[in-house]
Amino acid sequence: MGLLNDIAKERVLAVQEFTTLGARAFRNVFRTPHYAVDIVRQMDFIGVGSLPIVILTGFFTGAVLALQMSKTLTTFGETSLTGQLVMLSLVRELGPVLTSLMVAGRNSSGIASELGSMVVSEQIDAMRALGTDPGKKLVTPRLVATVVMLPMLTIIADFMGLLGGFATSFFFIRLNPSQYWYSAYHALEMEDVFQGLLKPFVFAFIVALVGCYYGLTTRGGTEGVGRATTQAVVAASVMILISDFFLTKIILAVLG
Amino acid sequence: MEQALTASPAVEFNGVSLGFDGKTVLEGISFRLEHGETKVILGASGSGKSVLLKLTMGLLQPDGGRIFVLGEEITGRSEEDLLPIRQQIGMVFQEGALFDSLTVGENVGYAFGRMPEVAPEEADRRVREALRFVELEHTLELYPSELSGGMRRRVAIARALVSNPRIMLYDSPTAGLDPITAQHIVALVIKQRDLSGVSSLLVTHRLQDAFEMAGFYYDGAGGKLMPAFDGAQGHDTRTRFLVLREGEIAFHGALQELIAQPDPYLQKFLA
Repeated sequence: MGLLNDIAKERVLAVQEFTTLGARAFRNVFRTPHYAVDIVRQMDFIGVGSLPIVILTGFFTGAVLALQMSKTLTTFGETSLTGQLVMLSLVRELGPVLTSLMVAGRNSSGIASELGSMVVSEQIDAMRALGTDPGKKLVTPRLVATVVMLPMLTIIADFMGLLGGFATSFFFIRLNPSQYWYSAYHALEMEDVFQGLLKPFVFAFIVALVGCYYGLTTRGGTEGVGRATTQAVVAASVMILISDFFLTKIILAVLG
Repeated sequence: MEQALTASPAVEFNGVSLGFDGKTVLEGISFRLEHGETKVILGASGSGKSVLLKLTMGLLQPDGGRIFVLGEEITGRSEEDLLPIRQQIGMVFQEGALFDSLTVGENVGYAFGRMPEVAPEEADRRVREALRFVELEHTLELYPSELSGGMRRRVAIARALVSNPRIMLYDSPTAGLDPITAQHIVALVIKQRDLSGVSSLLVTHRLQDAFEMAGFYYDGAGGKLMPAFDGAQGHDTRTRFLVLREGEIAFHGALQELIAQPDPYLQKFLA
């Protein structure tokens, strides 16, 4: 019973610390000093650095979607709707979720290991001793950079997915290119775009804050850094998938 | 106010206690570090030496008791409120804790980022001066990864003293270094102490560091270390010892008193 109590207390404390970290990071966006150079550096690392994996993931997700959809649609003689299905699946769901998972795998772990190493080598303490708030200097720039870059990466992934879908439908299904693009373009509505951009915006908070949280709470030397890195990826991925469900439910309830 | 500052000690611990995860690390610690005094803190691993320095810097908050730095209470203060106090303290961390992504020059001048009153030219001059003090001016553009362990410690000393602090905190500055480099580091600490009259807390595992701190002073005219007790003439280095045992003070006093202690735990340090 005592052990259960301790575990429960530990979990509640972790949620409290995570919430406090997020609230402080968000509040610091509006408080000086602003570390513009760090934000740009993080945008480069998180945004530009993630481009190759996002392009590849988007392209092949679209390609395989078209392949699977066409098989089903052939049964109903509706292969012309391939573009529409690829577009909607990508923009509403797969684009935001897969991009966020990829960025989480690359950046939540990267952030956790970088900040974790700084904790165990006392660089965070040194920063505080020299009058710098690690929250402002390290957490807020990573949060801002992820919030700005993740929706952009999602747009690129969506576009690459459409291209992948087009490549499959043109080379393997032998679909007319204009038919593919026409059905894809006309299927898209503002609500889908809104949904497709709101999700990565929310997921960006998870990717950045989970990485920062596990990094800054690292204990136990280099072994602890490894543990924090793994935990950050797992936690960020699970949180993205769970929040995706609830977010979709809310969006559908609001938009009808 | 100025009178009050000089009357009060540089650092005062008053019944300070701290624990982590239910384990007591420090229990009822009380001592005073007077202005210009050096306190060498000895103790076995895990006896709370580094924690004591972090409490002095306000990096940790005690569970009980009060801490005063330069006459002002720091317990319970927010990070923002601690800033003016921290600007008067220089701290050398155990492994140097230099920022990997910054050059040596940027590391040493890091504190000036929060001091808009210091012009960039003045900051640059002081960075060079601090690096010259530790004989590493030529490393200005290098990154910490390009330096040896001893050089990193010296850069850490330069970073701590660049803002002319009134108190210096050294956390095992010679740990893991070869004897020659370690002696060089201790010589720098003594030189800094005697040239600036700064108050210092020095944590160390090496008894020879402690003995050197107490037994040598820096002769500015000669530019070298001289024995403090040479024949009839004595030079008070104002160095006192504080030995921690399982979070409590086992001894507090001068070198001669420490040597005379019959306590087996204390004798282990002198063996």
